[in-house]
Amino acid sequence: MRAAIAAAEVNPKLSIAVVSKVYPMRSHTVSAEGGAAGVVKPDDSLDEHAYDTISGGDWMCDQDAVEAFVREAPLELMQLEHWGCPWSREPDGHIAVRAFGGMQKRRTWFAADKTGFHMLHTLFQTTLKYDPIKRYDEWFVTKLLVDDGRVQGVVAVELMSGKVQAITAKAVILCTGGCGRVFPFTTNANIKNGDGMALALRAGAPLKDMEFVQYHPTGLPFTGILITEATRAEGGYLINKDGYRYLQDYNLGKPEPKPVLRSMELGPRDRLSQAFVHEDRKGRTVPTPYGPIVHLDLRHLGEQVINTKLPFVRELCLKYQNIDPVRELIPVRPVVHYMMGGVSTDIHGATPLAGLYAAGEVACVSINGANRLGSNSLPECLVFGARAGKAAADYASQQAQPNGIALAQARDEQRRLGTQFLHKTGGKERVAAVRDEMQRTVETSAGIYREAGQLTKATSSLRELQERFEDVRLDDRSHTFNTELQSALELGFMLDVAEAIVQSALQRTESRGAHQRTDHPARDDRKFLAHSLVYRNPDGSARVEYQPVKITRWPPGERVYGQVEEHGKEEAPPAALVRKAS
Amino acid sequence: MQPPTSNPPSYTEYHPRWYRPRVSVYWWMGSWRYLKFILRELSSAFVAVAVIMTLFQLRALRAGPDAYARFEQRMRSPVWIALSLISLIFVVFHAITWFNLTPRAMAIRLRGKRLPDVMVAAPNYAIWLVVSAGVAWMVLR
Amino acid sequence: MASTIILEIQRYSPEQEAEPRFQDYEVPVHKDWVLLDALNHLKDNVDGSLTYRWSCRMGICGSCGVMVNGEPKLSCATFLTDYAHKGSKVRVEPLRYFPVVRDLVTELSDFLGKLKKVKPWLIRTGEPAPRIGEFLQTPEQLERYKQFSMCINCTLCYAACPVVGLDPLFVGPAAIALAQRYNMDSRDQGAQERIAVLAHPEGIWGCTFVGECTRVCPKHVDPAGAIQQYKVKAALEWLKAVVMPWGNRPGKEVSSAAAD
Repeated sequence: MRAAIAAAEVNPKLSIAVVSKVYPMRSHTVSAEGGAAGVVKPDDSLDEHAYDTISGGDWMCDQDAVEAFVREAPLELMQLEHWGCPWSREPDGHIAVRAFGGMQKRRTWFAADKTGFHMLHTLFQTTLKYDPIKRYDEWFVTKLLVDDGRVQGVVAVELMSGKVQAITAKAVILCTGGCGRVFPFTTNANIKNGDGMALALRAGAPLKDMEFVQYHPTGLPFTGILITEATRAEGGYLINKDGYRYLQDYNLGKPEPKPVLRSMELGPRDRLSQAFVHEDRKGRTVPTPYGPIVHLDLRHLGEQVINTKLPFVRELCLKYQNIDPVRELIPVRPVVHYMMGGVSTDIHGATPLAGLYAAGEVACVSINGANRLGSNSLPECLVFGARAGKAAADYASQQAQPNGIALAQARDEQRRLGTQFLHKTGGKERVAAVRDEMQRTVETSAGIYREAGQLTKATSSLRELQERFEDVRLDDRSHTFNTELQSALELGFMLDVAEAIVQSALQRTESRGAHQRTDHPARDDRKFLAHSLVYRNPDGSARVEYQPVKITRWPPGERVYGQVEEHGKEEAPPAALVRKAS
Repeated sequence: MQPPTSNPPSYTEYHPRWYRPRVSVYWWMGSWRYLKFILRELSSAFVAVAVIMTLFQLRALRAGPDAYARFEQRMRSPVWIALSLISLIFVVFHAITWFNLTPRAMAIRLRGKRLPDVMVAAPNYAIWLVVSAGVAWMVLR
Repeated sequence: MASTIILEIQRYSPEQEAEPRFQDYEVPVHKDWVLLDALNHLKDNVDGSLTYRWSCRMGICGSCGVMVNGEPKLSCATFLTDYAHKGSKVRVEPLRYFPVVRDLVTELSDFLGKLKKVKPWLIRTGEPAPRIGEFLQTPEQLERYKQFSMCINCTLCYAACPVVGLDPLFVGPAAIALAQRYNMDSRDQGAQERIAVLAHPEGIWGCTFVGECTRVCPKHVDPAGAIQQYKVKAALEWLKAVVMPWGNRPGKEVSSAAAD
């Protein structure tokens, strides 16, 4: 939506379509709670925000992109304020900012504990003002129209009627979000299936850094609902099946009754997630019907503290999973939260495929590198949404009308849906069965720890799953609002994305940020200070190439827990935790 | 149970045919909350009845003791007693529901914080009590 | 507590039938399962044609509204255990007062049109936004409209409001609450522009204060409160216009936030 507004403002004569498989206020941005970072206070500086982002990303971030990002983030957040976003305020009326994991200074803007919700609704309501923006709600894009080396629109199923139609366009911007649902345990909503990533891959655009998948250490195992870091900041304990605070075994400090910064439960997120995996391998996690878990114990905090400091956590647990943190242990496990990788774009949001742009979680610019800092992804949507909108509008203003392949491709697509799904006789697989198997495969091979053997096995498992997918049979044969067909198409996308993830992970033989290889535990800047680019070969297999990371002003440093060692930078950054991922 | 629609046209491919149930004339019997709402609205009719009875009473009072005696006699008939009783119940119901709803319509802010609902409704009851006590004292002394 | 429960779900496939029908399904009852989990279990394993909307599974996206035993609820926030000991079936139907597209899916274009009609964006008639920096807004000013800004557009309030059912042109609780959210935002100057839509028989005056909308709202937005408060304001505005018909001086802001 930010891109649509930007395009409308660049050239009001353009007709702009927003095509989405859900209504705009259902997009997963709505669930973001934490906040959005932007340098706005006098004691802060753009360079510090940039440095935090780059070091948090383990030096995989393209620094020119980060510099542009930190410069434009506060401007975008301010623009949103002018459009009516209800940012929380200080008593004097100025925007309030708070601290957030991984940021040395307080720079995270927030709207109570529903930042993403307010941002999304403000944007949605603002788009209603712009007449050139036309919405196609609940239209499911199944493929990009490509001809003459450029993108000429999309083919989409109108879910309401089942009719497949082509929407021709001079430029297309993908904003379809991440792919958390490729994994079995995720905070992501049902709609995050990596649609845009698969569409781009199939159309010939590369996917960048797909091996970098961010886990959040504490999520509910069944629903995936995030249990915020604040629970641990207030003093929650993580205990294994013997009631033992296991983090003390993993170089994270000694257990104290009160929380100690950067120690035990307040250690870096990736270290906490890794500790879980070790505990699981030792057999000290609690088995449940939803997989192994550990417990988060808040009972010792008492009802008073929980109700004042953590009311939202208690509400979420009670209302959506029937658990009361005051009296019961909360089952938690690491859950997939964000995808650093995505469709490869430059700093204007343009992909290598002419006419195709991308912004947000679906894109990889990359500003998040190997590990994203919390409160960077909301401004990322705004900054690169606006950039992609402007770039696409400029490109579209200079293009000729799309040629006439659209109708033919739409008819082909309608036929394909018919033969493959709606009118198929035979077939014995259920969508859910193939999907569950895929999720299990990806979690085992490309989860928190990876190694070559598992990844290679996964490649062949995924191949097998692709074949099983061809054998899927739908119960629902109707045209009208066929959500089973939608799940099947989404599964197709997820299988492609899973393949990209596994291949990228296999080829990167080092450990960096969120990508940890047990068979290659060290970081290797000589070979791998580069982005992986996954292309799809004509025969359907994946090939991985590398593109060097753009370094401008911050040469790679040691991302060591607790301290920073720098080479070449004059001014040492504040000596706080650099490695604290969020 | 959904009430039937008028004859829908048959389905043609890619033209979704939405089902539009018609709302029954007896919609208010669908839940006791709806019923309570309709009774609340109906109570205003009985408020009118009470007012009209009072007007008749005033007219009889002005017309002199004989007329008033005749009025009192008529009021003793079972029909009028029943009507008075029902009107009383409805007027009290009307008052209570009205007072309980006032906090929704009035967001009173004191020193930046909104007054809790009970503190907006309570003064209404207080005034009602005081006025009723006053009237009772005047009538019964 | 029972270990299984029977869901009586309304099914409707316009390609096969002229009218909806009910179909019974038996599902297991788990302590942490909500109705949505039961529906997903059925769709994945028993009947893939069961059709319903859902996305976030945590009551923030607003997709999953359905009628459960005649009550509008979010299927992701309705625990099966609350119905298991009752013994009888749980009836699941699409939200009331909306056209039904398929099974539990309703048609929302009318609702979205009403949202747009009330002009739910920040309107400036006087000074434009500051070139550098933010509009100043104190926490007290924020608190005035914050409650009304929490609406997730789930349309449960529309399913609860009999006026919506009886008068399809009625703008409805969520739309009016959203308009109020902007009217009461200290940065907004569009109250006058929204009056034409709001102070109208199909706007606030259509509301008879049944109050069901506020009761069923999962986010405690209190649309009934928004509407009644606006009624008071609109009545006062009308009175002012009648008693002082010379109107507002040009350039003067008519902002409800100021009048509060």
